[in-house]
Parts: sequence; C-alpha cells; structure tokens
Amino acid sequence: MSTAQRLISAADQAVARQARFNGRNRVNKIALFLSLAAMGFGLFWLVWILWETLRLGLGGLDLALFSQMTPPPNEDGGIANAIFGSMVMVVLATFVGTPIGVMAGIYLAEYDTHGWLASVTRFVNDILLSAPSIVIGLFVYAVVVARFKSYSGWAGVIALALIVIPVVIRTTENMLLLVPAGLREAAYALGTPKWKVIIKITLRAAKAGVITGVLLAVARIAGETAPLLFTALNNQFWNADLSKPMASLPVTIFKFAMSPYENWQRLAWAGVFLITMAVLGLNIVARIVTRQK
Amino acid sequence: MTKPPTKKPLLSGTVADKLFGWLAKGAALLTLALLIGILGSLVIGAWPAIAKYGLGFLTSTTWDPVLNEYGGLVMIYGTLATSVIALLIAVPVSFGIALFLTELSPSWLKRPLGTAIELLAAVPSIVYGMWGLMVFAPILAKYVQQPLQAVFSGVPVLGAFVSGPPVGIGILSAGIILAIMIIPFIASVMRDVFEVTPPLLKESAYGLGATTWEVISKVVLPYTKTGVIGGIMLGLGRALGETMAVTFVIGNMNQLNSLSLFEAANSITSALANEFAEAGEGLHQASLIYLGLVLFFITFVVLSCSKLLLTRLKKSEGKKS
Repeated sequence: MSTAQRLISAADQAVARQARFNGRNRVNKIALFLSLAAMGFGLFWLVWILWETLRLGLGGLDLALFSQMTPPPNEDGGIANAIFGSMVMVVLATFVGTPIGVMAGIYLAEYDTHGWLASVTRFVNDILLSAPSIVIGLFVYAVVVARFKSYSGWAGVIALALIVIPVVIRTTENMLLLVPAGLREAAYALGTPKWKVIIKITLRAAKAGVITGVLLAVARIAGETAPLLFTALNNQFWNADLSKPMASLPVTIFKFAMSPYENWQRLAWAGVFLITMAVLGLNIVARIVTRQK
Repeated sequence: MTKPPTKKPLLSGTVADKLFGWLAKGAALLTLALLIGILGSLVIGAWPAIAKYGLGFLTSTTWDPVLNEYGGLVMIYGTLATSVIALLIAVPVSFGIALFLTELSPSWLKRPLGTAIELLAAVPSIVYGMWGLMVFAPILAKYVQQPLQAVFSGVPVLGAFVSGPPVGIGILSAGIILAIMIIPFIASVMRDVFEVTPPLLKESAYGLGATTWEVISKVVLPYTKTGVIGGIMLGLGRALGETMAVTFVIGNMNQLNSLSLFEAANSITSALANEFAEAGEGLHQASLIYLGLVLFFITFVVLSCSKLLLTRLKKSEGKKS
C-alpha cells in the first residue's frame, strides 16, 4: 500500500467515523425531542381537563347549588343532598378505614417485617390497592345489600372504607419503616412496653406521613363512583338516615351527565368542578404535609 | 422516703402489649380475609350462571335479558380491546416522560413536573368520563373520525375499522381516555426504577462516549427491564378495572358485528355499572357477577405479575450493587 493510498483510506475512515458520530447524535436528538414531546403530551391533557372543568363548572356555581335538592328534569335546583351525602359517607368511611389500616400497617412494620403472614398481607394489599373498585361494590352488595334487602348509606360507607384500608396500610408501613431504629431502642431501654413505644414514639415520629396517607385516601374515595352505584344507590331528597339509600356527588354527576336535560348537565359540571377542586386540593395539602417534615 | 408504687396500672404492660399485638395482627388478617371474601362472594353470587353456562359463557356473544340468555364475550372483548389501545398509547408516552424526568429535566423542574403528572392520576375517573363524553368525543369525531371515513370510505379492510356513526363514541375514545389515565401510573413506576440504576453504570457508559439515548436504551433499560414490565402490568391492571371513564364513552351497546374502532361497544365494567342496579335477582344478576368474577380474575393475575416483577428487580438490585 502506497503512502497516498494509506492517506486516502485513513481519510475515508475519518469520514465514516464522523458520519457514524453524526448518525448517533441525530438519533439521540430525535429521542430526546420525542421525550420532551411526551412530557408535553402528558401536561397537555392535565391542562385541558382542568381548563374545561373550570370553564364549564364555574358557570353553575351559585347559592342554589349548595342549598337546594336535586331537581326533576328542566327545573331549577341544586345538589345539596348529594354534597351532604358524599361528605357523610367519606367522613365515616375514613373513620372506619383509618384505624384498621394503621393497625395493619403497624403489624407489617413493627411486628412481623419478614414473616410469611406479612409477605402475604403485603402482596394482597398491593393487589387490593389497584383492584377494580367496582368489584368492591359487588362484594359489598353481596354481603350487605343482598342480606338486608335494601340499598343503604351504610353499605356505601363500608365500600368506601374497604378502599381506604389498603391506601392507609401502604403509607403507614412505609412511613414507620423510615423511623430510625435508635428511637425504638432508646425507648425500650427505658423499659417502655412495646405498644407504648409504637403509639408514643414511632407512630408519633411518622405522624406526617400517616396523615398524608389518610388525606390521599380521602381524595381517592371522594371521587369514587363505581363502588357506590349499587351500595348507596342514589336519593333525590335530603337524607340523613344511613339505613336508606343516599345520594352522593359522583353518582349524581353520573346520572345527570348521561341525561339529555340541559339543567342536569349544568349541575353535573358544577359537581365535577367541586370534586376536582376538592381532590386536587387534598392532594396538594398532602404533599405540603410531607414536605414540611 | 417515697414508697415504690405497689399497685400496677390498670392495663399492665404485658396484657396491653398482647392486646395491641393481637389487634395489629387482626387488622392484617382482615386484609387477607377481604380478598378471600371478595372471591368467595363473587363465586357464590355467580354460581347460577356458572352452573348453567360453565366456561361457554366466555365465548358466547348473546346477551339478552328478555330471553334470559347470557354470554360474556362482547364485554370481555371490549375490556381487552380498550386496554390494549390504552397500553399502545400509554407505554411510549410514559417512557418518554420517565426519560425526561430522570435524564433531561433541570433539577428545579423535576419536582413540579413530577407532581403535575401525579395529579393527572389523582383526577377522579368520573371527571375523565364527563370530559371525555362532552368535550373529547365531539372533537375526536370531527377532526379524526370524519376525515378518516372520508379517506377510507371505499377501502375494504381499513374502511371497516373506521365505520360507524360520527359521534366519537366507542372503543377508540375509551382507549385514549384510559391511556391518559394510566400514563401517570406507568410513568412514575418507570421513573422510580430508572432512578435505582447505579450511577456508576451510567457514568461508565457516558465516559465511553455514549449519548444520553444510548445510555438509556443500552444500559438503563436492560438493567431495569423487569421493573419497567412491572410498571406496564400495573397500568394494564388499572386500565382493565377502570369503570366510570369507560362507561361514559364506550356507548354501551352489546354488539360485536363490526371491528370498527368507532362503533359503540361494551366492557365488563360498564355493563356492571349500567345494568347491575336494575337487574332482577336470578340469572341476569348472576351473569353480571360472573363477569365481575372474570374481571377480578384477570386483574388479579395481571397485578400479581406486576408485583412479582417489581419485587424481583428490588431483590436483584441488592445483589448487584
């Protein structure tokens, strides 16, 4: 090979190398651009949905919304009974579900971190966390509604509580595991019984996280519709008796939105606005609570 | 001199300890009982239908409350088809979002953007449903369906895919809305598993001159493969069981005559939501519960796979580093 040939082949190689480098760079740029586009795509829907909720929901906000009952088609009215029913059921379900969830979380984190019962519970809990909520409704229908032969607010409360439990278990366990072992050992060394150590030391140290979990659970059940459809059913009137069918905001929205009546649809949008604001507000508060720690 | 207390407090340490321990264990056992209870009550409730149809229920397309004849294929097809469409859209987008959040975003933007995507998961499904029916479906019909129908009107196979009344309701719009709903779940799992990749691995690849895309596709992705699939399965589980958003936009028609993406159809969850409260006791109700049992079984399998894959990643992570 002559010197000239060698120089040409070296130059060719350099050109080829440069071309390959450019190609790799181009692929990289395209990939990163697509990634940016994906991010934009995700945010686009959030903004669009929030915007429509605001645009169509704000118009329906007035005093009658909070003071009057759900009306028949084409008459004025509000959704006071639905708001009340939702609040009652969500609050009661939180009070029923939270202690059970916290206790189970304590069991997983403090009593039996590696045993078979804890592993199975953790596994089942993760499945329940994502299980279809309408199946929870079917379950409560079978064990409560079918037995007492009546749809009732209590059935709705139980269905919502069953959704609270897995959320609270998960966060309680995670938060308790973050508490340094030194705290526990110091308390034990002073002769404190285990239950007192848990309640007064570890649970207190993990308080912010546990509260976050409860808030997220409340946010989750506030918008749940499927488990209420055939447990609490619906009620056109004001009802504070939990043994009777009870209206709730999501079920009312569902009924009104699917109807052809314009006033019902307007009320449904106002309800959607209220629910969205409440749920997003709870989520943001929950985040602030954890960040303060 | 002070005397030592002779009387023990009412709840002495050991008794209270035992009680508390039992309470905690009881609460954990309750979770297990819940799963068994759900399965048991579904099987009992569905028994008349199971006894009558057996597994043939899964392949029959008749759903006729008047003649009291039931088969679940239409709904099962609707559930699977919408979930598959949702995954086809959501997986690449979630991957892009996770890539952006772990590798591209400036650190001050990571938190707000991550929160925004998580808020997308917090929006209640009924809001997605109503928005989908009132806002999204008309737009889909006007700007996607009608142009497609105009283009493919005479074409044999593709024409069948886009036929149907131009209202934007059906399998496709349900799939798109499901995709938006599961993007946050898949994206946040992917982001979390991308972040467990040891920095040393990534930095060695960067040191050899790899581009960001090459590091992601040849180092991070192979390392976190199981976790990524676990995240996708989690999203699938969510999509299969989603009720309200689908019920609003799928159209609730028991038909399987056309393959069209724009024809109204039905899914397991929307059939339950629409018919269950009105169904009289007997075969109709039992068949609906049978559908619920099928749904629970499918999601149970999918979510179990997801959980096992994610745990495996966690375990191998401990060994390698």
